[in-house]
Amino acid sequence: MTTFDPYAPSRETTEGKVFSVTGGDWDSLVQEIGATKEERVVVNMGPQHPSTHGVLRLVLELEGETITEVRCGIGYLHTGIEKNIEFRNWTQGTTFVTRMDYLSPLHNETAYCLAVEKLLGITNDVPERASVIRVMMMELNRISSHMVALGTGALELGAMGPMFFAFRDRETVLEIFEMITGLRMNMAYVRPGGVQQDLPDGAYTKIREGVKLMRKNFKDNATLLIGNSIWMKRTQGIGYLDLAGCTTLGITGPVLRSTGMPWDLRKVQPYCGYENYNFDVVTADTCDVYGRFLIRMNELEQSLRIVEQCVDKLEKLHGAPVMVADKKIAWPAQLALGGDGLGNSLDHIREIMGTSMESLIHHFKLVTEGFRVPAGQAYAAIESPRGELGASIVSDGGTRPYRVHFREPSFNNLQATPAMSEGGMVADIVAAVASIDPVMGGVDR
Amino acid sequence: MSDGMFGPKGTGDTSGYGGLVAKAATAGSSERPYGGYFDEVTDNLERAYPEFSDAIERVVIDRGELTLHIKAKKLVEVAFILRDVLKFEMCMGVSGVHYPEQIGRELHAVYPLLSMTKNQRIRLEVSVADTHPHIPSVVEVWAGNNWHERETFDMFGIIFDGHPGLTRILMPDDWKGHPQRKDYALGGIPVEYKGATTPPPNDRRSYK
Repeated sequence: MTTFDPYAPSRETTEGKVFSVTGGDWDSLVQEIGATKEERVVVNMGPQHPSTHGVLRLVLELEGETITEVRCGIGYLHTGIEKNIEFRNWTQGTTFVTRMDYLSPLHNETAYCLAVEKLLGITNDVPERASVIRVMMMELNRISSHMVALGTGALELGAMGPMFFAFRDRETVLEIFEMITGLRMNMAYVRPGGVQQDLPDGAYTKIREGVKLMRKNFKDNATLLIGNSIWMKRTQGIGYLDLAGCTTLGITGPVLRSTGMPWDLRKVQPYCGYENYNFDVVTADTCDVYGRFLIRMNELEQSLRIVEQCVDKLEKLHGAPVMVADKKIAWPAQLALGGDGLGNSLDHIREIMGTSMESLIHHFKLVTEGFRVPAGQAYAAIESPRGELGASIVSDGGTRPYRVHFREPSFNNLQATPAMSEGGMVADIVAAVASIDPVMGGVDR
Repeated sequence: MSDGMFGPKGTGDTSGYGGLVAKAATAGSSERPYGGYFDEVTDNLERAYPEFSDAIERVVIDRGELTLHIKAKKLVEVAFILRDVLKFEMCMGVSGVHYPEQIGRELHAVYPLLSMTKNQRIRLEVSVADTHPHIPSVVEVWAGNNWHERETFDMFGIIFDGHPGLTRILMPDDWKGHPQRKDYALGGIPVEYKGATTPPPNDRRSYK
């Protein structure tokens, strides 16, 4: 009989002895497990665990240090976004979807808006400048998302330095976001029909400088990790999943591309005018964590290339509209820059309050009630940093979405955890999960 | 669940302005030619699957997308042919939709399919009655649909027969009801945390 251990209190259950370990030295745990003949231990890892990439719960069955079975428990961050969105109008929907996968808000918004635009039948009416801004913002977002994937992925494997570099570089992107949208995340910037507002003065310069800075800074993490013998040992040959495994499990994104399959929706099924940009689809042929790491590293450079082309295009399109011309869909006014930051457009307020009754009615109807979307269903898919992000949207002809469902790559790809880690060592499941890069806000929605 | 301040009443249009809600039109079959690769896909399916006219209820082309409405009991047969012969290797999950006004086929399950070989997309749609919400599981065809079917079960109560472990995935295991159904109100759920209960928002004093 051991004494009470405050860090690992235990109780008897019908399934055997259960320890609730919290931290510190688990002397009694080690002693008692050592004393039993039982080789099999079931470990409940998470949902509050620093290396499960968010509130992910992993139930591991271990034989010694080898994993024999893994089950994922999700739902700890379920927010009911798909339900809530049915009670708001189509424009307000962007405010919800942007909060799903909180590391790639602009991809969520764009997928949603592309589906709504498909239902409205205005896909080809979205102004070119709006599409270019969307592409630029999505690529910047891909960089910031990959930065978190690389930084936290390395941190979870015990490497702290890369995290500092990654978050430093992510800051560059977030500052650009803050300048353009006013917010660093959850911006609701992409709206059905275009984008919320045009770029502010000085944006081109800031983005160009940001790209230059990031291109220089990205080298830090590359020199720190690529070829690093500890990093290679922790990632090479770990989390193996080949092409057949990916197709049967519906896996897309960097995990699929790490099998050598050059499948990137930006190239194969272009949207937002991606066919007009020069960039390469990055692949690896190792099917392992290292391959996925290299893909993310190299995609950073490809994203920078696209951002540069976007800025060139935007300079040529300066002053062009960023919202569809149809006044029954477009938001009535753009924000204006006041002395104390962004505010309402005074010209617009003067018009609706002082000049035109019809404008006021139109503004009121469009803002409070919203526009109607013809009945039907549409599916729009884009390449998010984690794979295919698909928006299945159904309209009943009203001012609110009838049903919005997101095919979240994080949700789908997390199913690969058992295939990647069963039979491996317990430490490697951390690397495998990090290489999937699930964002629990997207998994649970 | 609750009839406080939140949740839809009547038409579900809670804006208070429009009043008019156009009912979701269930479009009839589309006429040939369908355009694009849709003729090729349906032709190939008809050739590979002799029971096509029996299993496929409607072929709908809308907004540049092909939807095949399939009888529930034929779903797995068709799915195998779509995967193996027509090369739709990937199923992008399943999304439930609840149409309470379509009596006898209230619950729909929508499966977006992707063919990487041919770079094509189609959609399958199955509808079943609320009173007998059973659809055969396609997990043996596309293993990746495992969690998607669990989510649709959780949210809509559609039972996927043959699923290896059809349990709730997002809501707690002992949750009552299926939240994404149209007759399930928004809000109104008391929140329990460590034994204490916070009343639902519409019962809180400040909202009354």
